[in-house]
Amino acid sequence: MQERPQRLLHDGLRASAERSPAKTAVVVEGVPHTYAELSDSARRLAHALQQRGVQRGDRVAVYMDNTWPCVVSVFAVLLAGGVFLVINPQTKPDKLEFILRDSDARLLLTDAHLAGVFMTVLPRLEQPIAVICSGKLPPAQGVPVESYDDVLRSSPPLADPVPSIALDLAALIYTSGSTGDPKGVMQTHQSMVFAAESLIEYLRLSEDHRLLCVLPLAFDYGLYQLLMAVRLGATLVLERSFTYAAAVMQRMREHNVTVFPGVPTIFAMLLSAHGREKLCFPSITRVTNTAAALPDDYVPKLREIFPNALIYKMYGLTECKRVCYLEPELVDAKPGSVGKAIPGTEVFLLSPEGQPVPAGEVGILHVRGPHVMLGYWKRPDLSAQMLKPGRLPGERVLCTHDHFRMDREGFLFFVGRSDDIIKTRGEKVSPVEVENVLHGIDGIREAAVVGVPDELLGQAVRAYVVLEPGTALDEKKIRARCLARLENFMVPRDIVICPALPKTATGKISKRALLQQTA
Amino acid sequence: MSIEQQVREYILENLLFSSDNATLANDDSLLEKGIIDSTGVLELIFFLEQQFGIKVHDAELIPENFDSLNNIVQFVQKKQTAN
Repeated sequence: MQERPQRLLHDGLRASAERSPAKTAVVVEGVPHTYAELSDSARRLAHALQQRGVQRGDRVAVYMDNTWPCVVSVFAVLLAGGVFLVINPQTKPDKLEFILRDSDARLLLTDAHLAGVFMTVLPRLEQPIAVICSGKLPPAQGVPVESYDDVLRSSPPLADPVPSIALDLAALIYTSGSTGDPKGVMQTHQSMVFAAESLIEYLRLSEDHRLLCVLPLAFDYGLYQLLMAVRLGATLVLERSFTYAAAVMQRMREHNVTVFPGVPTIFAMLLSAHGREKLCFPSITRVTNTAAALPDDYVPKLREIFPNALIYKMYGLTECKRVCYLEPELVDAKPGSVGKAIPGTEVFLLSPEGQPVPAGEVGILHVRGPHVMLGYWKRPDLSAQMLKPGRLPGERVLCTHDHFRMDREGFLFFVGRSDDIIKTRGEKVSPVEVENVLHGIDGIREAAVVGVPDELLGQAVRAYVVLEPGTALDEKKIRARCLARLENFMVPRDIVICPALPKTATGKISKRALLQQTA
Repeated sequence: MSIEQQVREYILENLLFSSDNATLANDDSLLEKGIIDSTGVLELIFFLEQQFGIKVHDAELIPENFDSLNNIVQFVQKKQTAN
């Protein structure tokens, strides 16, 4: 039988479920689920979404941990013709409200243990949205919340997926921006299918692989582990996080995990554990790093821990999923490089004036390929800053605004960001977003947030604050107020209370001077 | 002060930045509640080692030992008895 083309993101699920229904698709915290089960549950939930008014193109928010219902939800939304957006479970009420409003989400899929957050947000929305919640339902409080298990039991499987086409949106991926409010990166089925296949190609993956995911599915790096696994008909070993490392390692051994995707903070923890007691995972054949640069001196130790693994250094941004990767055989020959464009795409460096930059000189990285986003949801102004006219009529190339150098052989070297986004534990933190929260605290007159180097975190978030005279605020109270509104990783690790902040000639706070102070 | 009180105080002070006892139930999952993450747990372990004179091995970094106040108290007691 001729294989049907996989144009849509969920076509991979159909193909894998037809080919190997009894194979384990996902192991969630030790519990295996087959492809048949994933397909059946996703189709039931898709039917339920339809019954609750979700139509082609509607956004559906998935505010969940890395759980089985979260995996089912992603595919259910696609089967129902919807656009999924996975929201980090650490998100606090104000930001959840912002994202629900910004995306015009028609329905919320969530976990009971997050009720403390979403139950405070739902009554604030003028346009009530349907809620399906896994786990033990919270008391109703006037907001109708349905049980995920009941909904699945009472809905027959959707017979046929809603006929989306490859140009339709598949996902909005919210990401922090330098303006403070998160932005929804619009990705179509076409671009996501392309990106997944390009990644599978250079990572040299097959259906025999077992991929680990300890990163949140709200983070595209985590999400694509799921998308690649399902597309291949491989197995995903999904964990909530790397917090309880011994439990994760046990699971890696138990399930003979072959692919280990991490960020530098995770690798730093592994190396430090390895220093105390030797670690070795012979089953791992791929180790991947992105989100922040992997220090070159980690590599020899990583080879001790993963003796059979190809080590991939990569770079990317949500706006195109991934930009480049270094062939693992070149890790020693090209230290510091993040390689070349991923298969099927190209990159080039331009000067601020838009002129090509000679080899060895610093330029702004531009990306061309089918993986480039459509733009930011409802933000044409911000989209125009990132997407520039390309060579062909109507074409858009992505201007990353990041500074790179390219050697004579075309290998890329990261030089620096042109915005002041902080990267901590591989997560993006917008200083403006943190400053907005600080400015909202009574008693704080001025605040400035910067990233300072940290061995484990990459960068740590540091806030400098000037207090109004006579306020009773202290470090702890400020941090508590931040924690109520910001994801944990955004809460400043250091809070420095100072009498004044250095200013530029035009009266703006000089972050450069602050950073020099810390150097 | 009991082990429970000391650990509770540490978590409130350093992970929740709060002095309100009601924010933490004894059987709350620290991971589910977003109270702890991969760096927070290392700081917690450092505290437990200093405070209670125990040594935590990497292999013990599992939810059964650390994912709630109850679990932590039991773990510390078990370690102290073993010493």
